[in-house]
Amino acid sequence: MIDLSKIKKRSTADIAKRIVQDIPDGACVNLGIGQPMTISNYLPEDREILLHSENGLLGMGPLATGDEIDEELVNAGKQPVTMLPGASICHHADSFVMIRGGHLDICVLGAFQVSVRGDIANWRTGDPMAIPAVGGAMDLALGAKKLFVMMEHLTKSGQSKLVQECSYPLTALAAVDCIYTDLATIEVTPSGLRAVDWVDELSFEDLLEISGVPLMNARQ
Amino acid sequence: MIQKIMPSVVEALRDIADGSTILISGFGGAGLPIFLLDALHDQGAKGLTLVSNNAGNSGIGISKLIGAGRVKKMVCSFPRQPESGAFDDLYRVGKIELELVPQGTLAERIRAGGAGIGGFYTPTGFGTELAKGKDVREIDGVNHIFEKAIKADYALIKADKGDRWGNLTYHGTGRNFGPIMATAALCTIAQVNQVVELGTLDPENIVTPGIFVERIVKVGTSS
Repeated sequence: MIDLSKIKKRSTADIAKRIVQDIPDGACVNLGIGQPMTISNYLPEDREILLHSENGLLGMGPLATGDEIDEELVNAGKQPVTMLPGASICHHADSFVMIRGGHLDICVLGAFQVSVRGDIANWRTGDPMAIPAVGGAMDLALGAKKLFVMMEHLTKSGQSKLVQECSYPLTALAAVDCIYTDLATIEVTPSGLRAVDWVDELSFEDLLEISGVPLMNARQ
Repeated sequence: MIQKIMPSVVEALRDIADGSTILISGFGGAGLPIFLLDALHDQGAKGLTLVSNNAGNSGIGISKLIGAGRVKKMVCSFPRQPESGAFDDLYRVGKIELELVPQGTLAERIRAGGAGIGGFYTPTGFGTELAKGKDVREIDGVNHIFEKAIKADYALIKADKGDRWGNLTYHGTGRNFGPIMATAALCTIAQVNQVVELGTLDPENIVTPGIFVERIVKVGTSS
């Protein structure tokens, strides 16, 4: 087995910057709560990218500070935010019309597991003491034209989060288009997972072994 | 003459009976009608079914009602919040019922309720544990599940400005569930920051036309 402690992994910032490469000018994007939200720090100024917040804001700006803070103007994580010139506010049903009606170009979510067919599990682990909470995850996973997943490649105990079948409760079936991890970028294709790029110190064979699921090699 | 302005929150909520189903606007604290929730706590109605995105936190608002044992059932998308203790405690010992609904499905069920639609088919949730027991139908090659509309006895919402006909405008993302909840209740009660003279609100900018609102009450700015 590869000693992963010796491998230089992609940091959260590295993964965010990698994802930004795949967000085109003019895209309307929803960034999930947690790690995906950090992507907003790396959006290039030469591309107009509209951020959507599912509580009813399109054209969201950076987090509000000081006098900008208005407790009635928040993002999906309930943090006060600003609006860009051209921003619009809508009610919740219209906001989810944007999501469920296929109007958003890209959504980026975190995940516990992604299967080889692009099934995603990201809302609960099945812990009976945990309070179940789904929020907009199921709507976003299916509604956006493209679903990107941003996650660690392995769990804390070293299990691959790429799986044949999700063992955690599902969020959506066959929804994921591309997975960005601290080790690799992996596309979900009709014929299975396809590794697009991965960290320098790993060979494709290493990645295959670590991932524990069949992968195609886009570099061949 | 139409006069929907109520003299106080107490008057506005007086007739809410035990066992009522109540829609409550808000996404976290934004758009949460905190003065109406405090008044509902003092009013005493119990055995309530509350429909809201969250299940309250920090012992205020919905959390205060739950902590006082007045809520039989929560219909929401995201009960788990920092300091959502009141809900968490009762849920773990089976003392409060939870109907967990994906956020967009929650919004659309309320919208359908307000629009006189019995329900709708959506792909959201298909193949997940939230689809259990729901009718499945393939439409244009995509599996959908049936979701029933939500209607309620009351809606408690927060708006920014209101007039005596019940016309409302909102502020920021505090708008969230207010406009759709107003349509789906037999009696919609709005707390507003400001009551304005009829004709002051620009008709082009009125978000909730007064037909959807029964009572308006002015409150102080919430903190």
